[in-house]
Amino acid sequence: MSDIILKGKVRKYGSNINTDEIIPARYLNTTEVAILAQYCMKDIDKNFVKNVKKGDIIVAENNFGCGSSREHAPMAIKATGISAVIANSFARIFFRNSINIGLSILESTEAVKAISNSDIVEINLSHGIVKNITKNEIYKSQPFPEFMQRIIKSGGLLGYINKKMNFLNKLKK
Amino acid sequence: MGSTITEKILANHCGKKIVEAGEFIEPKIDIVLSNDVTAPLAIKEFKKIGTKKVFNKNKIVLVMDHFTPNKDILSAEHVKFVKKFTKEQKIKHYYEGGNAGVEHALLPERGIVAPGEIIIGADSHTCTYGALGAFSTGVGSTDVAAAMATGKIWFKVPNSIKFVLKGKLNKWVSGKDIILYIIGLIGVDGALYNSMEFTGPLCKKLTMADRFTIANMAIEAGGKSGIFIPDEITEKYIAEKGQKNCKFYSSDRDAKYIKIIEIECSKISPQVSMPFLPSNTKPVESIKKTYIDQVVIGSCTNGRIEDLRIAASIIKKGKKINSNVRTIIIPATPGVYSQALNEGLLKIFIDAGAIISAPTCGPCLGGHMGILASDEKCVSTTNRNFVGRMGHTKSQLFLASPAVAAASSIKGYIATPDMI
Repeated sequence: MSDIILKGKVRKYGSNINTDEIIPARYLNTTEVAILAQYCMKDIDKNFVKNVKKGDIIVAENNFGCGSSREHAPMAIKATGISAVIANSFARIFFRNSINIGLSILESTEAVKAISNSDIVEINLSHGIVKNITKNEIYKSQPFPEFMQRIIKSGGLLGYINKKMNFLNKLKK
Repeated sequence: MGSTITEKILANHCGKKIVEAGEFIEPKIDIVLSNDVTAPLAIKEFKKIGTKKVFNKNKIVLVMDHFTPNKDILSAEHVKFVKKFTKEQKIKHYYEGGNAGVEHALLPERGIVAPGEIIIGADSHTCTYGALGAFSTGVGSTDVAAAMATGKIWFKVPNSIKFVLKGKLNKWVSGKDIILYIIGLIGVDGALYNSMEFTGPLCKKLTMADRFTIANMAIEAGGKSGIFIPDEITEKYIAEKGQKNCKFYSSDRDAKYIKIIEIECSKISPQVSMPFLPSNTKPVESIKKTYIDQVVIGSCTNGRIEDLRIAASIIKKGKKINSNVRTIIIPATPGVYSQALNEGLLKIFIDAGAIISAPTCGPCLGGHMGILASDEKCVSTTNRNFVGRMGHTKSQLFLASPAVAAASSIKGYIATPDMI
């Protein structure tokens, strides 16, 4: 299997970017990702949606995605074209939602400290390596535990569940 | 090495003698919860799984509480969609309309959640039920979809932080002040990925209402769960609901904690969290005079009968609500509403100039029933004060107890009940 490479321009933010900022609750009367994407980050960065390009990468400091359990938050980010989020740490429900729906996330204090807004960054997801093309630097991220890698490789939680259920059904037969 | 209450509950639910922090497990779930914001997504995902039936129609709870009574057409369509699913699947616990209330007040009140259980919910404040000595935590919609199909979920066993609550509570200080103080102390990610275990001599004096409020806001410190060791107070509470055969777990003396924090509660005075983080906590008496435009008393954090009683006692003493302050009282459940009516609390509120709302999460998340305009300031008994949480991005939200909220509604600025 070839390595998964993500490349894009960095949109950098601070600490405690919360789910109310990622997707305000007043837009949660829909589950359509294309609509949710239109309002992503609106309350803290009204130009985000206008400027974001497919492949771009969000880099943030501590506790990214804190607050609500709304899965609409990682869904909205993914639907804007953002290919990955790198942070020092993630709030736990946002973290598991991202794993479950297949939004790529990485924890790397080294990368967060060194990367500036608008840098061009390339991530090798398979090896957890972040390459800063603008600054010509390389950073490492925390590797995912094996269990989470199984979910990611199954294409998210539903893929993982379906695989398991198919396996159990075959056993029954 | 002994185990914490959290490790014991988790081990029991995956058929193991012990589990250790950091271990990945797939335990069985006792209750799966979702609401009108997260259930539509969960049901859409459930339909993608190769199974037709939910794992157990009695163990799924769907509460339509966030944007209800439906605030617009799209929200109404969501509720209709969920209702159809509950009929198809013959789901026992579906709450909408006259029997609906704010989920985390409703489930304990109706005896749906019990000590020793694992409860997951696609709502971050699902951690509330830790007050009963259950392991309960917020998850996403896809998690709920998977749990509705399989009755299981994946978890990393959390480390625990022990909070030893000591001392005597000062007048007007409640569970809300304790938890705001703790969040101020450790920060909004101070308990990230960890279980917050609340113990200590003061716990025996905390009512179930106070415990629910404290466990409810564990998520505001990044906690995976908040948990109390069940005792006689818990036992009395569940006996009143007719619940039997519950498992009471406790932590071993030699259980492992990554941190032990002692809280001298006699040092805590009424607290307020300033915009825009729950951790910007200050004693009310230390802040400069802040005039307000709105007060909200309600939510899964503070919409119980005990909260309304204390608010009513202060408002009764103050007689009239300040004419500049729109004061919205939201009994969290129909049960609380009815009880408040019987006790004459609603009349006190109305006569003083407050608005009584139907049970709903409503303004807490900027849904409806009290949205703020630009530059408006609000004292709220809810749980988050992020930018734009209750309306305009230039509005400001101050989190406090029902006592402080009630006193502020009378004075027109952020105040303690001693000032009435």
